[in-house]
Amino acid sequence: MNLVNRVYQGVIVREFILAIRQRGEVLQPLLFILMVVTLFPIAISPSPELLSRIGPGVIWIAAILSTLLSLERIFRDDFIDGSLDQMLLCGIPLSLITFGKVFCHWLITFVPLLIMTPIFALLFNVGGHSMLVLLLTLLLGTPVLSMLGAIGVALTLKAKNAVLILSLLLVPVFIPLLIFATAAIENASAQLPYLQQLAIMGSILLFTSAIAPFAIAYALKVSQD
Amino acid sequence: MHLISANQLTCIKRDRVLFENLNLDVTQGEIVHVVGENGAGKTSLLRILVGLALPSNGEIYVQGNPLTENPEMLHKILVFIGHKSSINGQLTAVENTLFWLKQQGIEGNSDEIERVLSQLGLAGVDDIPVNALSAGQQRRVALSRLWLKPNAKLWVLDEPFTALDKSGIDVINQRIHSFVEQGGTVVLTSHQPLRLHEKIRKFAMEYRF
Repeated sequence: MNLVNRVYQGVIVREFILAIRQRGEVLQPLLFILMVVTLFPIAISPSPELLSRIGPGVIWIAAILSTLLSLERIFRDDFIDGSLDQMLLCGIPLSLITFGKVFCHWLITFVPLLIMTPIFALLFNVGGHSMLVLLLTLLLGTPVLSMLGAIGVALTLKAKNAVLILSLLLVPVFIPLLIFATAAIENASAQLPYLQQLAIMGSILLFTSAIAPFAIAYALKVSQD
Repeated sequence: MHLISANQLTCIKRDRVLFENLNLDVTQGEIVHVVGENGAGKTSLLRILVGLALPSNGEIYVQGNPLTENPEMLHKILVFIGHKSSINGQLTAVENTLFWLKQQGIEGNSDEIERVLSQLGLAGVDDIPVNALSAGQQRRVALSRLWLKPNAKLWVLDEPFTALDKSGIDVINQRIHSFVEQGGTVVLTSHQPLRLHEKIRKFAMEYRF
């Protein structure tokens, strides 16, 4: 069996079966976003202009906060029950395994979000072009959330209040993404060029994908005692 | 040449020295029984030996090569069963074992796994989530790996008999016996006396303050 096949059959398929078995836990982040997005218009004001202005930002903030809820799934269970030890010793380069796991996290957590985004956008009266740009920013940005988040989780495996530390560690790192994403959407809704912002997000994505698997692998090794 | 050897290992955890300048040479075909009180550093030694943890000082050599330079060499021949069972409670016994085989790159089918599991007394419960099994049964699921990696030359087992009943201990003892007979090497910790005909080398570790 070659390496890619081993990662696919031994890690990726496993993640999906586990996600199906733990449906409730997996759907939690999506439910969280759904709640934020439905409560906002009720609490703020139902004025369509206001909603369409704040909508994309609210969806992005909800996505970032919900990431923090789902991130621990990537490594924590495997660390606690010792499966991670076996993965470290199975002979597949650790960076490939982490890539597989993070990819699964993105597929399981964020692809449903991407599918639901048009509906969320509708709730905020964000239509047409802006919605498309919102989708594009999420498409470029959410893999970065998964990858940077995984570095954080790997570093805090042994910490007691991991969620708290994780939030403090990650939220500042996510701010640049938030800035470029909302800037792109704002420009789009004002009929201004927005490709610049998207290009920067794309380059952040490429840079993170190149570095993250190794950074995560290193962090995992360091946090083994 | 030694299959695996530890050279001048020092392990310091939270400012406590677990062991210092420890040397251990394991020759092929040997059973090394690491003994010592709780907290003497047995688990830490085994984790350092397989490369899961790094020593504060010293180096591990696998067939004469430093482990840090070429860990794949060890991964190919190693079965490690740690203190934690390395099985996921949401998966069934067969799934747990099958995914492990796939990660190891071993072609295995579920028939073969079921055969080994039934040999371990798990027939009939191998298709329910492992969470629903008893601690001893879960341990048996983890230990099924000892049957499934044909080209393994070294087993490193941390307390393999924990939670096992008498028949389980017998089955594992027999398996260790036949593995060593075929030239395999075993490093293990256990608070239970080993009932084996082979010569067992005891490696004592002392609790230090």
